[in-house]
Amino acid sequence: MLAYALLLSAALFVIGTLGVIVRRNAIIIFLSIELQLNAVNLAFVALSRYTGIEGQLFVFFVMTVAAAEAAVGLAIIISIFRHYKTVNVDRFNLLKW
Amino acid sequence: MGFAASVPGPHLPVQEVAQWEPVLPGLIILLPLLGFVVNGVLALRSAARSSAALRSGTEWDPFAGPARPRTHTLPTWVGPGVMFVAFVLALWNFAGMYGAELHDPVVVRYWTWIVTGNLQIDAAIQLDQLSMIMMLVVTGVGFLIHVFSVGYMKDDTGYPRYFAYLNLFVFFMLVLVMGAGYAMMFIGWEGVGLCSYLLIGYWFTDREKSDAGKKAFIVNRIGDLGFLLAMFLLFQAFGTLDFGPVFEGAEGRLAAGGATVTAITLLLMLGAAGKSAQVPLHVWLPDAMAGPTPVSALIHAATMVTAGVYMVARSSVLYALAPTSQAVVAGVGVLTALLAATIALQQHDIKKVLAYSTVSQLGFMFLGAGVGAFTAAIFHLMTHAFFKALLFLGAGAVIHAMHHALHRADSHEDAQDMRNMGGLKDRMRITWVVMWVATLAIAGIWPLAGFFSKDEIIWYTAAWAGAPSNPFGTLYTVYWLVALVTAMLTAFYMTRLMVMTFHGESRVERNARPHLHEAPRVMWVPLAILAVLSVFGGWVNVPEPLAESFLGLFGALPMSEWLHHWLEPVTHDAAAIQTAALGEPAYGAPLVGGGEFAWALASTLAAAVVVLAALRALGGRKYVAAARDTAAPGGLRGILANKWYFDEVFDAGIVRPVLAASRWCWKVVDAVLIDGFVNFVGNFTRLAGWTVSLFQTGQANTYAFVLTLGVLLVLGAAVFL
Amino acid sequence: MTEILFVLFAVVALGGAFGVVLSRTPVASLLFMVATLASVAGIYVLFEAHFLAAIQVLVYAGAIMVLFLFVIMLLNLGHDYRADLKYGLWSLLALVVAGLTAGVLGQAFWGASDTGFRGDGAAVAAALDAAVREQGAAGVIAEPLFTDYVVAFELMGLLLLVAIVAAVVLAKPKT
Repeated sequence: MLAYALLLSAALFVIGTLGVIVRRNAIIIFLSIELQLNAVNLAFVALSRYTGIEGQLFVFFVMTVAAAEAAVGLAIIISIFRHYKTVNVDRFNLLKW
Repeated sequence: MGFAASVPGPHLPVQEVAQWEPVLPGLIILLPLLGFVVNGVLALRSAARSSAALRSGTEWDPFAGPARPRTHTLPTWVGPGVMFVAFVLALWNFAGMYGAELHDPVVVRYWTWIVTGNLQIDAAIQLDQLSMIMMLVVTGVGFLIHVFSVGYMKDDTGYPRYFAYLNLFVFFMLVLVMGAGYAMMFIGWEGVGLCSYLLIGYWFTDREKSDAGKKAFIVNRIGDLGFLLAMFLLFQAFGTLDFGPVFEGAEGRLAAGGATVTAITLLLMLGAAGKSAQVPLHVWLPDAMAGPTPVSALIHAATMVTAGVYMVARSSVLYALAPTSQAVVAGVGVLTALLAATIALQQHDIKKVLAYSTVSQLGFMFLGAGVGAFTAAIFHLMTHAFFKALLFLGAGAVIHAMHHALHRADSHEDAQDMRNMGGLKDRMRITWVVMWVATLAIAGIWPLAGFFSKDEIIWYTAAWAGAPSNPFGTLYTVYWLVALVTAMLTAFYMTRLMVMTFHGESRVERNARPHLHEAPRVMWVPLAILAVLSVFGGWVNVPEPLAESFLGLFGALPMSEWLHHWLEPVTHDAAAIQTAALGEPAYGAPLVGGGEFAWALASTLAAAVVVLAALRALGGRKYVAAARDTAAPGGLRGILANKWYFDEVFDAGIVRPVLAASRWCWKVVDAVLIDGFVNFVGNFTRLAGWTVSLFQTGQANTYAFVLTLGVLLVLGAAVFL
Repeated sequence: MTEILFVLFAVVALGGAFGVVLSRTPVASLLFMVATLASVAGIYVLFEAHFLAAIQVLVYAGAIMVLFLFVIMLLNLGHDYRADLKYGLWSLLALVVAGLTAGVLGQAFWGASDTGFRGDGAAVAAALDAAVREQGAAGVIAEPLFTDYVVAFELMGLLLLVAIVAAVVLAKPKT
């Protein structure tokens, strides 16, 4: 079952990646990133059955980071929205050259 | 000197080595350096004031302020003063050495200068008979010329700078002649070249003069290359550059007549030719006349240009081992003597005539050194220092007078052109007399200095031509004949100089004539001293065959053969090697026979005849002033007036090709290839940067995409590789 | 039974994931995300990670997703029906790269079997099960968390604190 869990994890990760690349809505991109994180978590959990409890511990930490990231990220989105009245990332292109 | 260490010199059949401690030899060197520092500081202060005045829009007149003549300022006392003290010290040491009958050189080591690998160079000076003679000439004649300069340069704004350079020159010259090894000699060698450059270009605002300085420096560099290569070969052969071990081990380590010693001596000769203005590297010396006249007297007549002769004499052991090199040295010398003497026949600039005369006399010295008559070469070096310094300083007095007179008359005529002179003898009595003394001395008239020294060189050429196993006997015979002809030419062109300058009608601008005056005392006293030396200087080495005859006043002349004996410890080894290789010199001239006495008598009579004939022939001639003398001489006279076209040939054969190659390097290699490559790198980098910057859209999607691409590559590499 | 459940959860998770990426409205994406998270939590249970499954549902699907929902509603994004999916060459490129990544990952994971990784799968699993029986699902995680990984744990607390402060500062309207 390990192999199938890992494959599922890979599939979820790739779908999340796709989401990050093709969506313009910052919130959706954010969600896609969460999806990627979850894919990795799934791999960790699956592997913890074969290598020990550390995999689950790592998932715990990832979740904490994800929570922190969500808090800061959403705050940034709110802040940006106030300025641009949109969350379309195509508009946020000041950070170049 | 507690740290003095004696190095064994050439082995002589002497049991007792007299002990002699030199008296403050380092101070002799350091005094001129001290003078340089003091005068240099004064010169810098003067320059700072001058430039400050220039910035503020006013002009600083160095002669303004308290009504004090220029000659009463500090450089006047410091410049000649240090020279005087140095000369006294040198005399003191000379007396000590004379009394001690020194046989081995005394080497004083101060500190170790360079140690690298197995090369060790000490800051050491060597005192022996040869360096002592050179020290006396440099400090003695140098002192007189410093004194003369006080009068000559007193109106020049760069007065302290002039004395700074002059003192620095003497410092380096003393390092050159007192250094205890080729490395130390090279330091002095380069230093005097630098000072020569600085003093030729002393009036550096004149483009022509600064160019002359550059020319001297660059031509000297060619010779220096030879010197350097010779030092490398010496180090390879001996593992040291100190004179003592080199000369001591030369016979054992180098095969007589072998390739190594021949290469070393030929390369040394290249260096000597550059410094001493021998064909084909002589072209810088006539141009060097752009410097102040006392500089020409000190550097380009009496001391620096004789450094090459000194070096050859110093390396006498090496040259004795390489007969081929000796023949080359003698050949270059005699060729130079002839060419320069012929050129001097057609020059109008009084200093140019003296310059070519110097080149010619240096050729005689090299002839002497080349045929193994090292003592004669040094002897001629010494007497030449006297009478040529006298000639130059006399010319300086003439130019000084002419310049002032023409300046007063608001005339722009050339103060150095002999065609503008004539009849000066009535207005410059002292100068006229001393110049005649020098002229007769250089012409080889008995009993003046030049007679003995030049005659000895010519005689030795003849004597060695007849040595039983000399492979170059025929060549030496040719040298001898050319030398005889050149000696006659010398008498002729010097008489011509005297006639054009002092005799006949005055061709000086009419308004300027009343302003002509004799040089001040500070200038003519050194002239008088040098005139005395020019008369009696030759008596220190009257050859034995002459001493007992009436040419030597039947033995009444003191110090016959003195210099010969004095230098014997230095030249002994070389003489022994040469005699062993070539056999005893003959006691009769080649082709026609005749002993030394006969030829000496003949040559002085011939010279006297030439002088009198020239006086008669040229004295009645009408010269036209330079401004009206526009016709270019043709034929042989044209060739001579154009100095055998040396400058033109060098220009076409070397300077222009080098310039063309440089231009090609600039236009093609630098501008196209190198710049092109650099620009290509720059443009390529910009292009690459622009291309890559396309990825930086500022959009999160793009970044994510590129990031994923990177992840894909890394993952792919990890999985599949 | 386990296999059936796994397939079921996997299908829901994949479907939810596609839904997240492809939905036109943020709220729909969010709900799809919740479905995915729940399914992944179910798979956690299948792997005997009960505590993590609970956290996943409580913190992720519950708290974080609600936070997202709040933001969407706060910003009133639900009415923005303009297609924010990128089409054309860009999405084609994205598909190619994503497909290649999937291929590489699949290639790496396909061969993973029970013995394909470090350790003895059955023995580790049995030991884990024994520990769960002995210490309880939370205790298994808590024990190393407060012993071996206590520094990291404390740092996590600090991180959360910083994140909260940062969020407050960022979200506060500038006056």
